[in-house]
Amino acid sequence: MVMIEDEQMDLLLTDLFERYGYDFTHYARASLKRRINRVWSLDKFPSFAELRYRIRNDSEYIKRFVEELTVNVTEMFRDPFFYRALRTDVLPTLAAKPFIRIWHAGCSTGEEVFSMAILLKEAGLLHKSLLYATDINPDVLASARKGIVALSQMKQYSENYVLSGGVADFSMYYTAQYSYAKFLDELAERMVFSTHNLVSDRSFNEFDLILCRNVLIYFDKALQQRVLSLFDESLGLLSYLALGAKETLRFSTLETKYRPLNGEKIWRKIV
Amino acid sequence: MAENSIITAKKAVVIGGSTGSIDVLLQVLPVLSVPLTYICIIVLHRRNTADSTLAHLLSLKTTIPVREVEDKEPVRPGIIYLAPADYHVLIERDRTFALDDSEKVNYSRPSIDVTFESAAEVFGPSLIGVLLSGANADGTAGLKAIKKKGGLLVTQLPATAQAAMMPQQAILNTQVDYILDIQGISSLLNNLNL
Repeated sequence: MVMIEDEQMDLLLTDLFERYGYDFTHYARASLKRRINRVWSLDKFPSFAELRYRIRNDSEYIKRFVEELTVNVTEMFRDPFFYRALRTDVLPTLAAKPFIRIWHAGCSTGEEVFSMAILLKEAGLLHKSLLYATDINPDVLASARKGIVALSQMKQYSENYVLSGGVADFSMYYTAQYSYAKFLDELAERMVFSTHNLVSDRSFNEFDLILCRNVLIYFDKALQQRVLSLFDESLGLLSYLALGAKETLRFSTLETKYRPLNGEKIWRKIV
Repeated sequence: MAENSIITAKKAVVIGGSTGSIDVLLQVLPVLSVPLTYICIIVLHRRNTADSTLAHLLSLKTTIPVREVEDKEPVRPGIIYLAPADYHVLIERDRTFALDDSEKVNYSRPSIDVTFESAAEVFGPSLIGVLLSGANADGTAGLKAIKKKGGLLVTQLPATAQAAMMPQQAILNTQVDYILDIQGISSLLNNLNL
């Protein structure tokens, strides 16, 4: 296994920023290093010099490289008990609102956005909700927009759905086509997909609920604070912020302004 | 004690295990000297349910605090850290934890190799890697990385392991320093506790 040196990594990050505007300098170093080592091996560069040459001179290759640096692991109803808490503790408090705005920041291929749409539909709230789904990576968004997932995943997703408190027949939300499942258009109708870079872009609306799950783990503390402040600016009083199972507000300035909900990584803005 | 041990903690121990390793830990934990003066991180293969049953089970066997790792928390001695289900555990140079939910490695997330390799970079020759029972090749590459940085390698004696493959792979492919039964592992860990 190849191992990039710290100095070499700095050279690459500078190239990516200066030539292409991608700023990875505040990504969590240890895992970014693994990602770079992984692409280096996968694409079989014989030396660091050759990897760097390709990055500096092949703007087509950059697309692949950047896509491989970001992690796009996701699933429907990921951590089912988290979704159960959304059903029982969060959505009922939003029901009285005339309009509900939700932002999935770093939505990847969209599985959690469709999960959310199903929750909203079952709570009778989908018709007055809007789900903004953003990611840095246009390719994963294109895939999310299609509302298609591999049929082989549906058994697991269906189990997650039941664990999340779902009581309907999960298969009524999609139609099977060859080896794929396509979600009902009705679910996608309330979704807006757009690229958004958490490192450099600003807030674009005010939301009742922001979900950003297993994205912050890839950022260093300074960038985490920046992104959490961006979320804070985008949340009204009594709105909610939801993070991944092992992420926390503990090391940020938001801690004192938000009250955690019992057990799950959901916080409510109280100041 | 806490302040003091941060300064004096020189050693770090990473323990990896799969099938059959929980039983080993249930025997080792009760005899560990308290307080723990070194850093201790445990990576076990487990089902990807995000409950904390395993941490709870282990915490019943010792008065040393047992905690699942949270992102960005400082790596401190005196605590037994457990890799959470479905995340790889990495360590940054500033000695904070970093979690990663990228692809499985050796069909595993958490992967032992990932944590061992990352810990080797940060702790270098102060690191002791311990590989327990398991029916998987995870851990061997990690031990190699630890050796390369001057650390110490320990495996469970395969004959005492419920699944011998994991320690055996390591013994065949790396220069393991100590091959120990369960009691031997316990006393080695207690000898580190200065």
